[in-house]
Amino acid sequence: MITFNQVNKRYPGGYEALKGVSFNITEGEMAFLTGHSGAGKSTLLKLIAAIERPNSGSVLVNNQNVGALKSGALPYLRRNIGIIFQDHKLLFDRNVFDNVLLPLQICGFDHRESGKRVRAALDKVGLLKREKSNPIALSGGEQQRLCIARAIVNRPSILLADEPTGNLDADYAREIMAIFKSFHQVGATLLISTHDEIVLQDTGVRVLALKNGELQTPSTATAPESSGQA
Amino acid sequence: MMQTLTQHLALLRTALQRIFASKLAGLLNILVMGIAISLPAGMYVLLQNVQGLVAQLSGTPQISLFLAMSAKANDVDDLNKQLAQHPAIARAEFVARAQALEQLKQSTGLADVIGGLNQNPLPDAFIVYPKQGDAQSLDALRNELAKLPVVEQAQLDSAWAYKLEALLKFGRIAVLILACLLSLALIAVTFNTIRLQILTQRDEIEVSKLIGATNSFIRRPFLYFGAAQGLLGGIAAWLIVTASLLLLNGQLETLSQLYASQFILRPLSAGDSLSLLLFSIYLGWLGAWLSVARHLSQIEPR
Repeated sequence: MITFNQVNKRYPGGYEALKGVSFNITEGEMAFLTGHSGAGKSTLLKLIAAIERPNSGSVLVNNQNVGALKSGALPYLRRNIGIIFQDHKLLFDRNVFDNVLLPLQICGFDHRESGKRVRAALDKVGLLKREKSNPIALSGGEQQRLCIARAIVNRPSILLADEPTGNLDADYAREIMAIFKSFHQVGATLLISTHDEIVLQDTGVRVLALKNGELQTPSTATAPESSGQA
Repeated sequence: MMQTLTQHLALLRTALQRIFASKLAGLLNILVMGIAISLPAGMYVLLQNVQGLVAQLSGTPQISLFLAMSAKANDVDDLNKQLAQHPAIARAEFVARAQALEQLKQSTGLADVIGGLNQNPLPDAFIVYPKQGDAQSLDALRNELAKLPVVEQAQLDSAWAYKLEALLKFGRIAVLILACLLSLALIAVTFNTIRLQILTQRDEIEVSKLIGATNSFIRRPFLYFGAAQGLLGGIAAWLIVTASLLLLNGQLETLSQLYASQFILRPLSAGDSLSLLLFSIYLGWLGAWLSVARHLSQIEPR
């Protein structure tokens, strides 16, 4: 589903964010992406959604070479990827419902059908009662869940989450991880970047560890990476 | 089909809401556009009216030939034959001096004054109806007829109409120049409004791009905004022109009564009104399109 092949990413100014990164995530798989801040986690996620493009190597999503896509094709790639942003990127000029509605409007969904879908997504993240609120009135955890609702309303096959539990306390973090698990169970492919210990205690989930832009763990390893870090 | 229609209607509604999101600014924009459009449109209406008046007054061109007072009856006969055979003349009408005096008495009510004259001051005259009506051939014919021996004076009756028409041509070019300049101003106004819109909606545009919005999806509401603003500006211009004509007509009525003639300014015709609205919609759309093309590419998600 997602394949990186010797990917290098250098930002203008010479900073090398990723060096020779290769891995493969199969369809329906759930994986964590860890590493210190500045290790290249966000850059890696941005490469998948073609927000950034690699300097060398190839990024394949659904067997499409994302780095070589024409700008006209980008929207259709992104409609298949739900992104949960580190800074949420919610729109404060409209209420919770309309925030979740946006992806459906973009895809040109029928009015009645999209109303149902928005409520289903809000229900899934437990925000159904807040649909009329402005996102600015929501707590940090609620904003995070709203961002998840917006990412999943379109039922994308890939979900990318950038530090989804970053500033949340342990209970909230568990709650949000439970939501992700439920998507995993219905067959979505998930890649979640995090450095949250609570999240990483979850055994059986593959961990991709980045350090200074290089992938540490062999892509076959499955374990909490506490021992490998020493 | 129904679905896209409702989508477009929703977009139009959003565009109108955005225009009036800040009432004063929206109204001022529309007023500026309305005034800018109404200037050339108003001048155009006035020109159309004057043109109609000229056509009505000039009718078929005539050349009046006034004969010398010394002209004898056989001179008149000779001239009559000459005129009848002339290839450029459709027909010629003889007006005897006595007949002319009688007409003058009847039409002007100056019978008392004329009756007090010792002798008839009017000469014999011919009214010549030329075959061709264009200014050049009329002028040539007039010059030719003026050289005939018994003719004292040849007068082209509609000369003033041709002069006025030349003046109207000048006026039409002036209107065209004005229209072009103000169209540019209109495009500039829309360009700037849309630029501000794009800046305030930067977040929405960025998020939309990240979620998978195509460029045309992002562009559409701005184009609708420009077109809707253009339409409202066009309506404002139409109202300004129509109201001004009504005001002027009120005054013209007294004026035309004094001159014992019927003259009122006609408002914009239905076709012209439609063209006015379509053109202002187009200008708004064009300004928006230019602005969007210029500014949207600068907003890329990071």
